[in-house]
Amino acid sequence: MGIYLLAVASFAGLVMALAVMLMVAERYLVNYGVCKLDINAGKRPLELEGGQTLLSSLYANDIFIPSACGGKGSCGHCKIVVDSGGGPLLPTETPYLDRKEIRGNVRLACQVKIREDIYVRIPEELLDVRMFDATVESSIVLTHDIKEIRMRLNDPAEISQRPGQYVQIQAPSPDGDVFRAYSISSASFEDNVVELNVRIVPGGIGSTYLHNLKEGDSVIFTGPYGEFVLNEDPDVEIICVGGGCGMAPMKNIIYTLYDRWPDRSCWLFFGCRTTKDVFYLKRFQELAKKHPNFHVVYALSDELGSDEKWDGETGFIHLGCDKLLEAGVARQAFLCGPPLMIDAVTRVLEEKGIAEKDIFYDKF
Amino acid sequence: MSETSAIVILIAAVFTNNILLTNFLGMCSFIACSGQIETAVGLGTAVTFVMTVTAMINYAIYHFILAPLNLVHLQFIVFIAVIAAFVQLVEMFIERFSPKLYFALGIFLPLITVNCAILGASLFMINRNYNFVQSVGFGFGAGVGWAVAIILMAGLRQKMRYSNIPQPFKGVPIAMIVTCVLAMAFMGFAGMVSIQ
Repeated sequence: MGIYLLAVASFAGLVMALAVMLMVAERYLVNYGVCKLDINAGKRPLELEGGQTLLSSLYANDIFIPSACGGKGSCGHCKIVVDSGGGPLLPTETPYLDRKEIRGNVRLACQVKIREDIYVRIPEELLDVRMFDATVESSIVLTHDIKEIRMRLNDPAEISQRPGQYVQIQAPSPDGDVFRAYSISSASFEDNVVELNVRIVPGGIGSTYLHNLKEGDSVIFTGPYGEFVLNEDPDVEIICVGGGCGMAPMKNIIYTLYDRWPDRSCWLFFGCRTTKDVFYLKRFQELAKKHPNFHVVYALSDELGSDEKWDGETGFIHLGCDKLLEAGVARQAFLCGPPLMIDAVTRVLEEKGIAEKDIFYDKF
Repeated sequence: MSETSAIVILIAAVFTNNILLTNFLGMCSFIACSGQIETAVGLGTAVTFVMTVTAMINYAIYHFILAPLNLVHLQFIVFIAVIAAFVQLVEMFIERFSPKLYFALGIFLPLITVNCAILGASLFMINRNYNFVQSVGFGFGAGVGWAVAIILMAGLRQKMRYSNIPQPFKGVPIAMIVTCVLAMAFMGFAGMVSIQ
């Protein structure tokens, strides 16, 4: 018995001695003093303790760069331009950067350590990103695997978002908090609410967390992110094409659109596999009654089962677009869904004369 | 045997008992990082340094803590912990005082932790009952031997880039074959000095 205790004790003692040694070394060696962090050439000068990563230093100063992996260097989302002071490019960054980005001094903020005065450029929009503390107001089952989660904002109490933008939900995981991106499905004018459509992914950290939330639970997220801007010209027709659970941004776009321009022309194409996957159809049909220029098309791609009833379109959704849209109308399109669907729909829309720059998409 | 001089052990560890080419330890980083002479030199230097110092520390821990307490069976796990902690320390040190070297070594520095040649050197030194001076000589020699081998290999692989290698042998397979030839060449040193 004694030998086991002795073994455990001496090993623990040794490891502790090593840990203490490392902590002391870190205390004295990894001390870079106060470094200057300059954002957008003097827009927001900060002074902070060196030794941290750029991402966590920015985070500590309320600047939220999108990042899904929580700073482990595995998602490649936290790209920002570091003009000087970032040191050479690290091998942990190169897989996520293409040649053009490398030439443009783009770096992964989670891998750059602040060792000296550092000059960075961050898109103005990201400086407006806030961290929100919200409470779940309702969690509604939409289909067998999709839930609509509505959250009321507490602090700050208002959000200023554009349709097509997304938020990053902070979800706990065994390895610390991670962030997962979800498009905002509530309309822009509902500025004290953020609503999401979440499809459960087996084993997914973010979706499991969100699906298990109950009314009254509190949620932390940052946002809004995303560059999509709705065309302001009321004569331009808006085309929304979604598939699977890619409904959230469309719903935001459509409700925002009809709040501002009740007569504007808009098409919603939504591809499902079976009748089990259909949601929001009634809502949109009622909206279409109020706004005659709004057209709703849902299409089922699988064969109908014997117990299913369907009087809408069938086949893949790009066939629906091809059949119903006329060529040569001024349009802006927003697509959201699986990559194959996006590729097929983009081809159809380009044939209909929509320029590539007017087609935006969210592939997942 | 225990009275072999440290110099002899050092020379033997570089040539006749090269830890890489006779014991085939540290093969993974040897194959992975032998593409260019520059990185091979950097990694070789770092390995030599870590091997020498960890041999000293592990010698002290083995003879002053583990052996008196009858805990020699803990040597594997203790040695690994020491090596890991020491590599961390070296990393911080280099980062602080020579950022240039730090960036030149880059990812190789933490990779040293999992280089089995380093653990191997510490274990050989215990197995062969070396005294402290011999251990330092052996640790340094084994490190230099490893460095020599990877630098030679890097030189060969740089040349090989322009040779006409059959398709199935390109990359790692030819590197393995070249390692074998290199190992056989090193057998030519066999009679020079000998240790266990």
